[in-house]
Amino acid sequence: MVSSPARESALLSVEGVVKRFPGVTALGGVDFDVRAGEVHCLLGQNGAGKSTLIKVLAGAHRPDEGVIRWRGEVVEFGNPTSAMRSGVAAIYQELDLVAGLSVSDNVFLGHELSTAGFSRRAEARRQTRALLDRLGHRDISPDRDVGRLSVAHQQIVSMARALSLDGQLLIMDEPSAVLDPDEVRVLFGIIRELTAQGVAVIYISHRLAEIREIGDRVTVLKDGRTVATGLPAREVKTSELIALMTGRVLDNVYPRRSPVDPAAPEVLVVRGLADGDRFAGVDLTVRAGEVVGLAGLVGSGRSEILETIYGARKAAEGTVEVDGKALRRGSVGAAVRAGMGLCPEERKSQGLLLDQAVYRNITVSSMSAFAKFGFLDDRAERARSTKLTESLDVRPAGVDRLVRGLSGGNQQKVVLARWLLRECRVLLLDEPTRGVDVGARSEIYELIRRLADSGVAVVVVSSDVEEVLGLADRVLVVREGRVVHDGPADEIDESRVLDLVMEGQPA
Amino acid sequence: MSEDTALSAQKSAPVAKKESSVSALLGSAAGRNTGLVVALVLLCLGGVITAGDRFADVDNLLTILRLAAVIGVVSIGMTFVITGGGIDLSVGAIVALSSVWATTLATQGIANDTHWIVMVFTALLVGGACGLVNGALIAYGRVVAFIATLASLAAARGLAEIISNRKTQIVNVPGFAAFFDASVLGVPVLVVIFALVAAGGWVLLNRTTFGRRTFAVGGNPEAARLAGIDVRRHTVMLYSLLGLCCGLAAVMLIARTTTGSATHGGLYELDAIAAVVIGGTLLSGGRGTIAGTVFGVLIFTTLSNVFTLNNLSISAQAVAKGAIIVIAVLLQQRLARRSGA
Repeated sequence: MVSSPARESALLSVEGVVKRFPGVTALGGVDFDVRAGEVHCLLGQNGAGKSTLIKVLAGAHRPDEGVIRWRGEVVEFGNPTSAMRSGVAAIYQELDLVAGLSVSDNVFLGHELSTAGFSRRAEARRQTRALLDRLGHRDISPDRDVGRLSVAHQQIVSMARALSLDGQLLIMDEPSAVLDPDEVRVLFGIIRELTAQGVAVIYISHRLAEIREIGDRVTVLKDGRTVATGLPAREVKTSELIALMTGRVLDNVYPRRSPVDPAAPEVLVVRGLADGDRFAGVDLTVRAGEVVGLAGLVGSGRSEILETIYGARKAAEGTVEVDGKALRRGSVGAAVRAGMGLCPEERKSQGLLLDQAVYRNITVSSMSAFAKFGFLDDRAERARSTKLTESLDVRPAGVDRLVRGLSGGNQQKVVLARWLLRECRVLLLDEPTRGVDVGARSEIYELIRRLADSGVAVVVVSSDVEEVLGLADRVLVVREGRVVHDGPADEIDESRVLDLVMEGQPA
Repeated sequence: MSEDTALSAQKSAPVAKKESSVSALLGSAAGRNTGLVVALVLLCLGGVITAGDRFADVDNLLTILRLAAVIGVVSIGMTFVITGGGIDLSVGAIVALSSVWATTLATQGIANDTHWIVMVFTALLVGGACGLVNGALIAYGRVVAFIATLASLAAARGLAEIISNRKTQIVNVPGFAAFFDASVLGVPVLVVIFALVAAGGWVLLNRTTFGRRTFAVGGNPEAARLAGIDVRRHTVMLYSLLGLCCGLAAVMLIARTTTGSATHGGLYELDAIAAVVIGGTLLSGGRGTIAGTVFGVLIFTTLSNVFTLNNLSISAQAVAKGAIIVIAVLLQQRLARRSGA
C-alpha cells in the first residue's frame, strides 16, 4: 500500500505502523495520510484495529514499528499531552469525561486556564459557553455536572474539549453513534466549518451514508492492516467497501420480511402507558411474529417507554399485558416470568456481567431451569450455552471466556442468547446494533427476524431510522413522549419518518 | 420454539476450546491460593524457629484453630456481603449484642427451666434480625452500606451496654459448656463448627443459585436487575446471612470465654474485612473466594499466636497485620494485571 504522491501536502502520514500487545498484533502494517482540510474516513469492522490506531495517533500507545510524520517530519508522540501540543485531539468512543466535575472543568481538564497558579474559572466558563454555542448547544450550562448530562450531551462536551485544544487534526471515533439526526447535521456543519479553516478530521463511523455525506477519502482497515486507502468517499461503491471490510460480498443487509398473519395472537398489549414525566398515552400492540420499530430522537421518550414496558421503570398509568395477563407495575421479575426479555441500550453497564464467564451471562435469567433445590448444574449450563453460542457464531468460541474480552457484536449475541435460552415471548431491543460492525450487524438482523418468524413479538428501538425501516414490519414514531404515527414499515420512507420525528422542533 | 428450531439454519462454528480456558481459570485460582499457602507456611516456619516446641505443639495448634473459629465464621458471612458488592462495619457490635442478649436470658433463671438451646437460638435470632435491619436499610431505604452499618455499629453496641448494664455476664449452664467444650475425634467442637460453616459457605457460593446471584449482584447490580434478579431482596438476604453468622459467632464466643459482654467482638469488622480481602475477594464486588477467606483468617490468627509466644506486644502485632494487608493487596494487583493482559 503506497501513500499518496502528494506527500508534502500531507498533514499527517502514517507508514507501516505496527503495534503488538502480548499475544496479539493489533496493528500489522497501517499506511495512510491525512491532508489539511480534508475529512478522512476510517472504515473497518470491530477488531480491525481502528481504536488502537487512534490511540497510537493520539499518543496513548507507542507504535512498535513504523513512522508517523507530522507536517513532513518524523514525530514520536510519547504521551497524549505531547500529541495535544502538536495539535492532535481525539474524541474517544468511550467518553473520557470526569463525572462530578462541571462541563467547563471537563472542557479545560489537563490544560486549565490559570494565572500564577490560580484558575480562571470565569474565563473558562465564558470560553466553554462560546464553544458550546459554536456547537449549537446553548442549552448545556457550563456549570452542569457532566455526570448528569445525557450521553449525547456528553458527546458534545467531549467535542467542545477537542475544539478548546485548537487542534489541527481532530480524531472522532463514532461520534454519531449517540446523536440524533439533527445533532448529526449540526456536527457535520461544524466539521465543514473546521475543514474550511484547514483543520483535518479523521472520522470513524459504521454508517456508510454519513461517510458519503461528510467524507473526502476513505481508508479501509481489516485485521490491523490497510486494505485500501485514499478511496473517493462519494464515488466508491457500497458493495466494494463492505467487501473490503469483511472480505466477502453482502448484497442485502436486512433480511426479507415474512408477512405477519393478521390472525396471529396479540402477545404484547400496552394501553395508555404513562410514567407521569417523559411520556403519556402510549398504546402498542405486537402480534406473534411481528417486529415493531420505535423511531424517535434521543430524549423523545422511546427508551423510557421500553424500560417501562419491561418494569424497569414504574408506570404511573396504563397497563401492560403479555398473552392476556396484566403485569405488575415496576417489577422486572414479573415481566421476565411472563416471558419478556430486554437487550438494554447500554450493553456494558446495563446488560452484561463483564468480568464473568459467557455461560454465566447467558444463564443468569434462567438459573432455576438448571437448579435442583437451589443447586446449579454447571455442566448442563455450559452445554446449553455452548450450543447457543455455536449456533449464534459467537467468536472467539468458549463459554468460559470473560465477556469483557468480546467485541461489541459478540457481546450483543451473548445478551440475545440469554433470552433465546428462556424462549421468551416478547423481546425488547434498545439500540441492538450500537457499536456493532457491519458483518455482525447483518447476523443480528437475521437473528431478530428468525426469532420473529418463530413466533416471538419483537420491539426495536433505534436512532438509525434506516435500521428501523429495514427491520420492522410496523413503525411507531415517538415525539416528545407521544406516539405520533403507527403504520406498516413499507408505507413510509426515511424522510417522512424524519419529518415526523422533528416536526415542531427548531431546525 | 426452542433455539434449535429457531436457529437450525445457522452455520456450524468451530468447537469451543473449553479445555484451555478451564485450565487457565483453575490455574489462576490455584495461583492465588498458592500465595496464601506459602505465606501461611512461612509464618509456621517462623513460629517453629522462634518458639520451637511451644509452637509446634498439638495443643497450641488447636488453640490457634479455636481462636480462628469465631472470627472465621464472621469472615465467611462477610465474604458473601463483600462479593455481593456490600460492606458491613457492624459485625463486632452484632456479636456483642447477640452475646449479651443470650447470656442475660441464661443468667435470669430461665436457663434452669429451659434447655440451653434456647440461648443458642436467641443469639442466632438477634444476629439475624440485626442483619435483616441492615439489609432493609441498605436495599429498601437506599442508605449507603458504609453509613447504614456504621450506624448499626454504634446502636448495637450501645444497646448491648444497656442490656448488660456494662457488666460481664458469666454463664454457668452445664449442658451448654459440655456441648461446646467437647471434641469430635480430637477436634474441638468450635473448630468443627467453623469447618462446617466454611464448607457450607463454599457450596452456597459456588454451587447454588444463591451464590450465582451474589456474584451477579456484586458484579453489576443494574445488569442483574434487568436480567430479572430481585437485587433488593437478595441484598437483604446477604446481610441477614451475615447477621446469622454473627449470632453463631456470639454463641461460640460465649462458649470459649464462658461470658457474654458488650465488649465482645471488638474490631471484628476490621479483622473480618482484612481476612476477606487478603483472601482475594474483590472489595468492589463480583469476585469472592471462601477458601481464600479461610486462609486469610488462619494467617492472621497464626501471626498473633507466634507474636504472643515470643512475648511481642499487641501493638507490634497490629503493625505486622497492617503490613500483611498492604503486601497482600499489592501482590494481588500485580497478579491480576498479569492475568488480565
